[in-house]
Amino acid sequence: MSDVKVQKAMKQHMGLTASRRISNTAIYIVLTIMSVIWLIPFVCIVLQSFRVESTWQVGYVIPRQWGWDNYVNLAKTDFWRWYTNTFILAILTAALQTIIVLCMSYTLSRFRFKMRKPLMKLMLVLGLFPGMMTMIILYRVLADLGLTQKNSIPGLLLVYVASSGMGYYVSKGFFDTISKSLDEAARVDGANRFKVLVKIILPMSKPIVIYTVLTAFMGPWGDFVFARYISMGTSAGKNVAVGMYDWLSQDQIGKNYTMFCAGGVLVALPVTLLFLFLQRYYVEGVTNGAVKG
Amino acid sequence: MKRYSDLEYLRLSKLQKFLYRLGSFLCSIPVAVWHGIKKLGLAIWGFIKGIGLSVAEVVTTFKYGSKPTRLSYFIMGAGCFAHGQILRGILFLLFEAVFVFYMITTGSYWLSMLPSLGILGPTEEKKLIPELGMSVKTTVYHDNSFKIMLYGVLTIFFIIAFIYTWWVNIRQSKTAEKILASGKKLKSGKDDLRSLVDDSFHKTLLALPMTGIIVFTVMPIVFMMLVAFTNYDGSHNGYSNNLFHWVGLDNFNTMLSWTSNTGAGTQSYAATFGEVLTWTLIWAFFATFTNYFLGMMVAMAINKKGIRFKKGWRTILVMTIAIPQFISLLYVSKMFAKNGLINNFLIDMKWIETALPFFEKASWARVTVILINIWIGIPYLMLTATGILMNIPQDLYESAKIDGASGWQQYSKITLPYMLFVTGPYLLTQFTGNMNNFNVIFLLTGGAPNNPAASNSAGTVGYTDLLITWLFKITTGAESQYYLASVVGIMVFVVVALITLVAYSLLPSIKNEEDFQ
Repeated sequence: MSDVKVQKAMKQHMGLTASRRISNTAIYIVLTIMSVIWLIPFVCIVLQSFRVESTWQVGYVIPRQWGWDNYVNLAKTDFWRWYTNTFILAILTAALQTIIVLCMSYTLSRFRFKMRKPLMKLMLVLGLFPGMMTMIILYRVLADLGLTQKNSIPGLLLVYVASSGMGYYVSKGFFDTISKSLDEAARVDGANRFKVLVKIILPMSKPIVIYTVLTAFMGPWGDFVFARYISMGTSAGKNVAVGMYDWLSQDQIGKNYTMFCAGGVLVALPVTLLFLFLQRYYVEGVTNGAVKG
Repeated sequence: MKRYSDLEYLRLSKLQKFLYRLGSFLCSIPVAVWHGIKKLGLAIWGFIKGIGLSVAEVVTTFKYGSKPTRLSYFIMGAGCFAHGQILRGILFLLFEAVFVFYMITTGSYWLSMLPSLGILGPTEEKKLIPELGMSVKTTVYHDNSFKIMLYGVLTIFFIIAFIYTWWVNIRQSKTAEKILASGKKLKSGKDDLRSLVDDSFHKTLLALPMTGIIVFTVMPIVFMMLVAFTNYDGSHNGYSNNLFHWVGLDNFNTMLSWTSNTGAGTQSYAATFGEVLTWTLIWAFFATFTNYFLGMMVAMAINKKGIRFKKGWRTILVMTIAIPQFISLLYVSKMFAKNGLINNFLIDMKWIETALPFFEKASWARVTVILINIWIGIPYLMLTATGILMNIPQDLYESAKIDGASGWQQYSKITLPYMLFVTGPYLLTQFTGNMNNFNVIFLLTGGAPNNPAASNSAGTVGYTDLLITWLFKITTGAESQYYLASVVGIMVFVVVALITLVAYSLLPSIKNEEDFQ
């Protein structure tokens, strides 16, 4: 706000271009400071992952002695096992969840049937319940199916995919923007609804498919609470988040802090690269979702 | 409250205008709640009425219906067979057979045990082991309260599904007769199959997602709501130690009573609940609106004419979204920790002597959490706002400039109303989402610093604990008081639902207001 006031005062003395130049400079300064703040943690995490001389937290960032020790040490833990677990989980979740979400959103966007409004209301209400509440029973049910502890990865997959239909809002917003006259034209030409979906709508939906795949792929990397609850007590069934969380606990942080950094870099790398590569679709999706509500 | 006419309103001073609007906003909340409740009541009444009408229809159909229709009251699908719709008939009959078989073999058992949730717990019995030639004490397990409740609920769902199908079966027979009477042809089994990819394609598409939602979302929620009325906890796990039973509203009484709870010197649950709820609301408010306004400003700054590297700035911020939260949040939380990077650095530099209590003092921790949340949240809001800002018609600004509007006026009269108008529902979901923002709080502070007065044997409660993290702590605490966690969960739902209800009732009025600006 004060920037604006300064701007106003300046305007009376100088031409418009000069005042714009000053305000732009101010914006550049602010943006640069912001970029630094936003990047500092990531720079720190990368630098510290190469630190060899000590494994605990210190007051400087640039390592005094560089090396790959932390990365090498990862192989001595179950890290790669967790990593594979999460990777497989993420890929399967991305594939199956996308199918479910697209089925749901396409139907709710395109078809007008009696139960449509009640269904959407029901899902709105269900969304108001804290998901944490159902953790215990899901655990017990999965335990009965033998999908906990060692086998918790298929268990997690089942839970992620089964409840993913609730997150249809963004892609429904996208389908709403595709003109219905296309469907009708194809229907007049004798295509049934299934053909309309496969031949006409899907080829046009690349952005939203990519958005859905991307968000579904990113989910499992960060899921922590439920994954921890159902893999309790075993190492084989953990995902990276659960496994690495313990490294920063009170009694391990002195020993494993830099190893956490190294692991963090390895986890963040594929997700971040994929994300930056597909950023355009993500931005489109987020914007779409917010406008459509 | 006195209502002003438009003319009177315009004559008020700025402060009076503000107070007037605030007053009318506060006054409209009870009205909104009342409207919401009324709507809900009407919906329930409509539902009951609908059921009543259906029952009446079923009765009259039985009195005056044809023979096949009346037969399908007992043998489902009879009507379909009589009218030549073999496929449908077989499906109906099959469903009935499965239902009857299930009810006779297991369903009736679960249902009969549901009121008691099990009678006989595990017992110690002497068993003769032939190889040893002596008897050994072993524990024998009998009823399983958890399973009884789970399958009991499932059975009730199944019964409801059966009644619905039974009703559909009767109606179909009736409508089939009508169609035949009017001289048209009925759909054959082939037609039915074909319509699954055509006219009723939506049923095909929804089958899988809805099954998933019902089994893994609806059922667990119903189940956990029931848990709030039992004494299910770590020492009553319903199988291997003690059975659990229905306790009515006892748990709600515990949660809402003002008498101090079991642990010595600790405050009552109601007081703790009040404290946690207050902080949850404060947190949600700040987390939502700091992000909203700052994110919007960043978006405007990046979008400003003449700023270069737009994509570069955006990408830097968006990086934080890409990196899994457990890494970024955990790492940042350790940076701010007592012996973390920042404190170590400041001490090494001799700028401070003792570590700053980022997460040790209540007020520090709360502010730190909100600040770090800004770091997390701005990129999302920046992206959202960028898209919306681009949609604002540019000629609005042009004409405003010609009229001599300053930058601030353009912002407050064009940009902000437009943003609020478009993002109203989004703000609401953000607010409720922040109330349940488990990850940020759990990974940053885990609820710390500890609130000694509120903590008891059931688990610790901290000053940055939200209701949702408290719920988690109760669940995973030493005593695993699931019933209490369930009560908290229901309370969270009530609070969130109330806020949503009020907001939805108020949103249209906000929109109208902006239309006329």
